[in-house]
This record gives sequence, C-alpha cells and structure tokens, in this order.
Amino acid sequence: MESRFQRIFLVLLVAMTAYPAWAAQPDELELEPLVVREPERREVDVDELDSEDFEIGAFGGVMNIEDFGSDTVTGIRAAYHVTEDFFVEGIYGQTTMGQTSFELLSGGAPLLTDEERELTYYNVSVGWNIFPGEAFVGGRWAFKGSLYVVAGAGSTEFGGDDIFTINAGVGYRFIATDWLAFHVDVRDHFFESDLLGTMENKHNIEFSGGLTIFF
Amino acid sequence: MTRQPDSRSLKLRAALVSLFLVFATPAWGWGISNPFASYEPVVVVSDPYIELRTGPGRGYPIFYVAGQGDEVTLLKTRTDWFKVRTPREKEGWVHRDELRHTLDLDGNEIDFGALGLADFSDRRWEMGFNGGDFGGASSLTGYIGYALTPNITFQLEGTQILGEFSDGVMGSANILMYPFPEWRLSPYFTIGTGIITTKPHTTIVQAEDREDEIAHAGVGANLYLSDRFMLRMEYKRHTVLTSRDDNEEIDQWKAGFSVFF
Repeated sequence: MESRFQRIFLVLLVAMTAYPAWAAQPDELELEPLVVREPERREVDVDELDSEDFEIGAFGGVMNIEDFGSDTVTGIRAAYHVTEDFFVEGIYGQTTMGQTSFELLSGGAPLLTDEERELTYYNVSVGWNIFPGEAFVGGRWAFKGSLYVVAGAGSTEFGGDDIFTINAGVGYRFIATDWLAFHVDVRDHFFESDLLGTMENKHNIEFSGGLTIFF
Repeated sequence: MTRQPDSRSLKLRAALVSLFLVFATPAWGWGISNPFASYEPVVVVSDPYIELRTGPGRGYPIFYVAGQGDEVTLLKTRTDWFKVRTPREKEGWVHRDELRHTLDLDGNEIDFGALGLADFSDRRWEMGFNGGDFGGASSLTGYIGYALTPNITFQLEGTQILGEFSDGVMGSANILMYPFPEWRLSPYFTIGTGIITTKPHTTIVQAEDREDEIAHAGVGANLYLSDRFMLRMEYKRHTVLTSRDDNEEIDQWKAGFSVFF
C-alpha cells in the first residue's frame, strides 16, 4: 500500500515539474502589479541639431560706373553654405550714377533724368572658399577666415534699362565669432550698353566692406 | 509729478496678465517644448581620439583632441562640421567623418550619414537659379519647386529677359515629370503656363509695353553633384499668345544650379 501511495506521489511530482507553467504561475501573479517604466530615450538625432549654414548681411562701399564716375554703393547679401568649400550667394545693391565728363565740360543738357541715374543691380553667384585658414595680426591675434572667389550672373538697371550682367570678384571673410563675420570685397560688374551711342563693354568696379550673421 | 495709472488701465493689465496665464500655463504643463531651448545631445567617443579645430573647415588648426570614452556634447553644425564641447569645457569643430563611430549614451550607433543620391531622389523642396538664351536675348530665372511625389514636381518660376532692344519679365507655373528620379542624371519633361511682359528700351522710340499669356513645353535634366547641389539644363519652347493674328514661338535654352532641402 505504502509503495502505491509513493508511486502516485512521485507521478504527481513528475507531472508538476514537467509543467513549469504551474510552478511559475504564483510568481507571475506577484509581478503583475508592478508599474512598467519605459527607459528614458537617449537616441541622438543629428538632423535636430541647430544648423548654421545661412549667412545674411549688409555692405557699403564705393562703386565706379564707367563714364559716370564713382559713388557710394549700399546693398544686402544672403548666402547659403552648401559645403565648407562652396557657397551660393545673392546680392542686391544700389548706387547713383554721376555725370559723364562730356556733361560736365559741355555744360549742356544732362543725358539722364535723376530717376535714370539710380543704378540698382542683383546677382546670384557661386563662391569658392579658396584659401581658408587663420590669419595672424601681430603676435597676439589670430582671425579665422577665408579668401574666396565668386562669379555669377544678374541684372543691372542702368540708365533706365535692365541689362544682363556678369560679376566676378575676390573677397575675404573674417569670422569674428561663430555667428558674426566681416567681409571685404572687390568685384567687377560687366555688361554691354549702347546708352552713349554705340554698343560697348562696360566694366564697373566695386569695393565694399560688410557685416554678416550666420544662422 | 508721476502719472498714476487709472483703474481702467490697471484692470486691462490684470485681464491681460490673467489671459496670458490661462493660456500659457497649461501649455507648459502639457510639455510643449520651448522652441528657443537648443538640442544638445551628449555622445561618447569610441574612436581612439577625435580632433577639434578652431573653425568649421580643414584650413583651421587642430588645437585639442578628445579621447576614447569622453562624453562630448554636440552643439551645432555648419556644412559637414559639428561644434562640440568636451568634458573639460573645450569647444571646437569636428568633421562628420570623425564622428561616424561615435555612440550615444546607451552604446548605440548614431546615424551621422552625409547626404547622398538617395536624398537627391527623395528631395522635397528645391530652389535654383539659371541663365541662358531666350530667343536671342539673355534670360535669368529663379525658381522654387516642391515634389508632390518623387516623379512629379510643382514649380513656380520668375524669369527676367534682357534683350538688346527690350527687356521683360515672365512668371509661370510648371509641372515637371521625372520618369527616373533615382538616376544621378535625371531627365524630365515639363509643361507650364504664365504671363510675359515686355518693355522696349528707352533708346527705342515709338514702342509700347506689352503683356501676353504664354504656354510652354520642354525637356531637361538634373545632374546630382554632391551634398545639396545639383546642376540643371533645360530646353523650352514658348508660345506667346499675342493679341495679333500670329502667335509667337520662342526657344529658350538655359543652365544653372539648384540646391534642395
């Protein structure tokens, strides 16, 4: 009799261990009331970083208009830095055309009205930061900056007409802080005009300094 | 003598303050993030070291190195350069390639992927500038485009036409169809319509300004260069719907560059 009880008991024991689910059940019930806490997400999304590829600013200087003397020029500029080497730049500028030598010497009627003497231009150019690096002033100061060359196309309102204009030049960008830069630029604005009778090439040199902000 | 604010303006001010509180408080409470707080994640250097430069370019000198295991903070980016702050409060610029093996705080890899052909094919917004020949005159065009699907882009164009005897402007809306958007040199067909105004030069007498409707069809191609840059070449045939007996046909060739976002 005793061995039969023993056998039943053993069978039950084997059955119990063969079904671990039974054995595990009480534990699971204990786990249930626990609050499930999601771990804090610490993934890094590089695209969410503040990117400062745009540059916007203003400039002023002197512009020589062929045959019409020199006058102050002012303008605004915006640039987008595509890579560390190349940028795309748009500029709008304005100046006033003076009098030709003929007008001054002959003392006759002016060739243009005051409105026609307002010269405005815009252009879009590609720039290449050809010599980036630090520039040293004396022994104490190091400025980050870059010499760049630009070339592009645009339009000039010259003597009341809009004329296709090519521009090319050289500039230097002094980077004062991460977001502030100073520019010095020399540019030639080149177009063809028949304003003075025959169609001729006009080269107009501009020298300017400016300030830009990166954002 | 100082002016005392009368009771009405005081009430108004109190009302404004309470209105502000009513609207502002729950917004902060609900966790709407402050748009001026910058995102500055911390990453762990896993390469032997990374080099910090004084500026965002290869021309600027290396002045510090952060070692393996250092937790550096990413501050901002300019082109392919990342401004970082090291545990010793040094701030400098590191190139994207040097950060490629950097891990986040949980030891996972971070996607520092540079832009590539896939981004060109999936671009949404693009803007560009091109120049060329418009029936013998020079033309300058600026445009902005939005990709409805990778195959179809909607585009608004403004063109300035600069001729020997007259100048003018043209505005148009276009649809572009790209049969193979995944190609590096991706051809397209375009149709569109718009308005052209022509103004004779001041040296020309007895001519008047004109405004006409215009319709055009054309073919072109984009060539992906790198990063966000692409080149564009295009030929268009314009039909100017004049008020005279004959419509005018004008060929336009142009080329230029674009950036996409």
